[in-house]
Amino acid sequence: MRTLWLALALALHSPAQVPYDRIVKSAAQPENWLTYSGNYQAHRYSMLDQITRANAHRLQVAWMYQIHAHHKVETSPLVFDGIMYISEPPNDVTALDLRTGRPIWSYRRGVPAVPVCCGQVNRGVAALDDQLFVGTLDAHLVALDMKTGRVRWDVEVADYKSAHSITLAPLAIKDKIIVGIAGAEYGIRGFLDAYDARTGKRVWRFWTVPAPGEPGNETWSGDSWKTGGAPTWVTGSYDAGSNLLYWGTGNPSPDFYGAARQGDNLYSDCLLALDADTGKLKWHFQFIPHDVNDIDANEIPVLVDAAFRGQPRKLVLFANRNGFYYILDRVTGEFLHASQFATQTWAKGIDERGRPIPNPASAPSPEGAPVYPDDDGAANWYSPSYSPQTGLFYQNAREQGAIYYLTESPYEPGKRFTGASRRSIPGEEPWGALRALDAMTGERKWEFRLQTPPWSGVLSTAGGVVFSGDMQGNFFALNAADGKLLWRLQTGGGIWANPITYMSDGKQYVAIAAGSAIVALALDR
Amino acid sequence: MRCVSVVLLLCVARLAAQDPAEVTQKPVTIPEDLAAGERIYRIQCASCHGARGEGGRGAALNRPTLLHALDDRAMFQVIARGIPDSEMPGHWFTAREIWQVSAFVRTLGRLAPQNVRGDPASGGRLYAGKGGCARCHTVHGRGGAIGPDLSDIGARRSPAYLGEALLTPESRVPDGFLQVELATREGGRIKGVRLNEDAFSIQIRDLSGQFRSFWKSELAELNKQRGKSPMPSYKAVLTAAELDDMIAYLDALRGER
Repeated sequence: MRTLWLALALALHSPAQVPYDRIVKSAAQPENWLTYSGNYQAHRYSMLDQITRANAHRLQVAWMYQIHAHHKVETSPLVFDGIMYISEPPNDVTALDLRTGRPIWSYRRGVPAVPVCCGQVNRGVAALDDQLFVGTLDAHLVALDMKTGRVRWDVEVADYKSAHSITLAPLAIKDKIIVGIAGAEYGIRGFLDAYDARTGKRVWRFWTVPAPGEPGNETWSGDSWKTGGAPTWVTGSYDAGSNLLYWGTGNPSPDFYGAARQGDNLYSDCLLALDADTGKLKWHFQFIPHDVNDIDANEIPVLVDAAFRGQPRKLVLFANRNGFYYILDRVTGEFLHASQFATQTWAKGIDERGRPIPNPASAPSPEGAPVYPDDDGAANWYSPSYSPQTGLFYQNAREQGAIYYLTESPYEPGKRFTGASRRSIPGEEPWGALRALDAMTGERKWEFRLQTPPWSGVLSTAGGVVFSGDMQGNFFALNAADGKLLWRLQTGGGIWANPITYMSDGKQYVAIAAGSAIVALALDR
Repeated sequence: MRCVSVVLLLCVARLAAQDPAEVTQKPVTIPEDLAAGERIYRIQCASCHGARGEGGRGAALNRPTLLHALDDRAMFQVIARGIPDSEMPGHWFTAREIWQVSAFVRTLGRLAPQNVRGDPASGGRLYAGKGGCARCHTVHGRGGAIGPDLSDIGARRSPAYLGEALLTPESRVPDGFLQVELATREGGRIKGVRLNEDAFSIQIRDLSGQFRSFWKSELAELNKQRGKSPMPSYKAVLTAAELDDMIAYLDALRGER
């Protein structure tokens, strides 16, 4: 007993509260939510099964925490050891008591006037050892003491005056913090960085737009690479076995004005596989060479080991903003499959090597060209979920087009650099659906229709339940097998966030940011 | 938040230090300024606010009154600093550029008075009498709520548009006035205008002006009648001269009493 107490005391005082090994083995402790997507493979799936399809109708609000900023709340909380850690817009961090929802500490940080395309948002924090990590709107990476919220270090990742910003949750791997950058609507040159978690010193940088002399620079005309975009603003995934990091990249800049950047524009709209220690490129797969519709590949790469066409394979699944669901071999980058999961008109199809056959009629023009999806995409940053239990890939799909009118696109630092204006398609009423796809074929098994295009992520659980939300404030639970509604709650605020689940005091909870509140739900007594 | 405000104030103060008169005092707008403002708008603003200010990701700007920019100073500050609770960012324009783009934005939502043929006083009598318009429309706080408030319609819509709306209302159904017809499981049929809807419920104003709310599970049928309008055509109701008078009356409605 004495030994046990000693071990417990040591554990409580250990600086390594969330060591890397604990995150790798997250499946062994489903009561916690240790990294952005729940595990490194980005499944956003939980083994917890206290809430089931039979009892989900008994879900009730346990507590709510109101955030006092009024920007969109896109945070995906982390939970471990009795505490929930959230980011608050624009880039604050708060620790909440898991039992009561009461705040323990907050880290508050102002921001200068940063030009950002899509709101002063932040999607969450990373945890490693005894520190938390948050990216800031003015493109800094900050390490906080996990127990107090006090700043350990604060480093500049890039200059916000040229419209670099950080909105994603960083990813902690081994002793490094991986952080991506946003700003492709302002002509940044994209990159992905790794920082030493102890010191804040940059360990490597992978430029997503190669400079002259580097492979891929020949895919940019003239000096267009200098303002080429290809941002990395959605958290990637990681295969601890191969030490490969998987990360999506966004649109080339200017978004719509392709004549200014002739060529395939590598590595925009790509999935990258990088060595996590060095940042060296292992392979890349470009979903859209020379994108002119701003349909970024800034989505979540989902890593799955499964039998594909009868053969066991290491796969990466990717529901792309461009409306196609892709399956690639994650060891080699080989293209295996693409099928449409939402309306799209930008491509006439995908060829046998995975390269799209563009539809010239959907390229922006001075007269205006309609295209599906619009630049918010068929998918976006919000997370899908993969359930090993059902073998289904759950994706919120957006059904919305727009008409794009080509405009000139002069580059000036800190100013928008997109090259088109847009109008809605007359008479169209955009809508959305939560769709369940057979993960190995992309075949749609069911859909749950939503009033408008969603911005909520999806969570699936071993209880056979899928959780998601909509822009009208509904948070709901569906039967993972057939999509039938089990339960819903009108939260009163649109949902722009990913759900998570965890255990506290022997009860399973589901948490979601809705409107300006964090809502924690559990079964009634 | 205080930090943000301080930085933003410093930002505007920086502009002020460069050229105080340009910041605090709206310059006279000449046609070249409007052209420059239109160009800035097209490149910097239209991807969110729409090519003609019709809105999209950003707010519609083709309105006579902009809630965050009621006057020119407010418009200047919105463009310079952004709107804190929204996706509207601050912009690093010079003061002159801000005035140019704000002058252009004002043109999106306020049509200049045009020469119209009819007699507005006569049109007003038709509106209240033979036309029966006040049953569904409000002007300066009086009237029904099934159709849009027309108190500033003349500043928002051209005479040609108003003529089309009177003769073929289906061609000009305004945003936010979708006609719906629904059947309840008990057998009732209700026609109205949609006020709100989500995946589980719908709220409407029926054609008597009553608010009604339904769970979709209570409905046997929900028919969204796009391109239809509860408003009748006035083709057979008004003579050509009366139509001109009605257009003149509506054109004179510019928000001021």
